Amino acid sequence: MIRFDRVSKRYPPGIDALADISFEAATGELLAIGGHSGAGKSTLLKLIAAIERPTGGAVLVNGQNIGSLARGAIPWLRRNIGLVFQDQKLLFDRSIFDNVMLPLAIAGFPPKEAARRVRAALDKVGLLPREKAMPIALSGGEQQRLAIARAVVGRPGLLLADEPTAHLDADTARDVAAIFREFHQVGVTVIVATYDDRLFPDARKIRLDHGRIVATGAEAAA
Amino acid sequence: MIAWLRQHRDAVALALRRLTGAPLNTLLSLLAIGVALALPAGGQMLFANAQSALRGLAATPQISLFMAVDAERKSALDVEARLRRMDGVANAKLVTREETLTRMKAGQGVGEVLDALPKNPFPDAFVITPRDERPEAMERLAAELRKLPRVEHVQLDSAWVQRLDALLRLGRTAVVLLALLLGVGLVAITFNSIRLQVLTSRAEIEVSRLLGATDAFIRRPFYWFGTLQGLLGGATAWLIVLGATAWLRGPIGELASLYRLDFALAPLAAGDAVMLLALSAALGWAGAALSLRGTLAGDSA
Ligand SMILES: Nc1ncnc2c1ncn2[C@@H]1O[C@H](COP(=O)(O)OP(=O)(O)OP(=O)(O)O)[C@@H](O)[C@H]1O
Ligand SMILES: [Mg+2]
Repeated sequence: MIRFDRVSKRYPPGIDALADISFEAATGELLAIGGHSGAGKSTLLKLIAAIERPTGGAVLVNGQNIGSLARGAIPWLRRNIGLVFQDQKLLFDRSIFDNVMLPLAIAGFPPKEAARRVRAALDKVGLLPREKAMPIALSGGEQQRLAIARAVVGRPGLLLADEPTAHLDADTARDVAAIFREFHQVGVTVIVATYDDRLFPDARKIRLDHGRIVATGAEAAA
Repeated sequence: MIAWLRQHRDAVALALRRLTGAPLNTLLSLLAIGVALALPAGGQMLFANAQSALRGLAATPQISLFMAVDAERKSALDVEARLRRMDGVANAKLVTREETLTRMKAGQGVGEVLDALPKNPFPDAFVITPRDERPEAMERLAAELRKLPRVEHVQLDSAWVQRLDALLRLGRTAVVLLALLLGVGLVAITFNSIRLQVLTSRAEIEVSRLLGATDAFIRRPFYWFGTLQGLLGGATAWLIVLGATAWLRGPIGELASLYRLDFALAPLAAGDAVMLLALSAALGWAGAALSLRGTLAGDSA
């Protein structure tokens, strides 16, 4: 369960990325965060993963207040979160297989079990035949899917995806959106930041405008 | 336990990948460390050799006492009786002029010359073993011996050896000092190469943190990098010393045979070699620790 309680985030020069945000996401929910560029979508996701800290209010993830989390506790929080970054953050000097292996190596998985999981995740996004290739050899959409494989390989309870369908053609975007719906269907909490929340028709929607929630649920879909 | 081992194995693998990933950088660092460490290691080896050679030369320090050439046997016997009563003398052996003449005649070349002489040119002599072998005590004893009647000359056979020994001890201290200085150099080299490594691994470090890596996970490969680089640098130093030893052995053997010395250059002792490797690895680790304190501590993401 995720709860934002009157959360605001001001970046150093005085930019209010989020102002007085309150909402909840239940376990197993599929939530789409919409809004214009610069509305604060990425910031909202970063607060959940403790990549940024709120400057006001409280962010609660499974009852833990992220704002007051000790630095040493952050890695353990992140191991339960699958993250798809807006800029993907793939490692271009490692093979596709090794990119997906990284979260499991970090979590200290036994190598055999880890390799099995990596292949399963790559299979899920259709990249298994390319496991030995380098990420540079992938198209934009394939790199997007690689980022998703890396996010889900640890089987996290919470999946955060920042613009996972950006720069994709309509068909590929629908395929990628379908992957997230599958995870939602097996009980994973999924929060997607997206320009185009029509790709997630069955998601609950929250729309941001200049750091404030302007619409939720049915109104947001309109 | 198994997980812990696995984490270290992975860290070693990553460190090796980073070492081999920039072969030229690695090679230059290893050479720098190797040359720096070869100096004190080589010095240590040379001084160890010189000291053992000296010890062979001066197994028991002795004093030679020569009577005047025209002194009669009676005087020699008188001196011998006095020597027996002296506290500082452990043993005194009379070498008569006749014995010396016979021994010299047996030697090559001089036999005919000696035969041609009208009379025995050698004096009676004593080989004296002092009770106290320290240089000061031996000097005091020699002064006493010089006062005995009809004694022409007293010679400290091993005084120069002891002086040289003291000099060598000073040299060894200098080697330790040199090792300390160059050890600091090794730490600096490691500090710098880890800093570079951290910079070139920025992306990897950032992504790893975002995926839940702990500080320990991120630092581990760098510690191994520093330790392995130090260890390999130490091995390079060892190879350099080994090569230099092989190269010097011929000329030194020739020199020794010219002086009829039974001496062969011994390689760096196994204990010293192990010490060299352990020390260079430890210094590499220290360099990494210092470098990481400066470069990774501030990261918060
Ligand atoms: N690290 C930062 N330092 C300063 N300002 C920032 C930082 N990150 C974001 N901002 C500002 O905060 C506001 C919200 O940014 P955010 O990235 O959350 O928007 P977004 O909704 O994800 O936009 P986009 O759709 O373009 O990705 C923007 O005005 C942005 O310029
Ligand atoms: Mg964004």
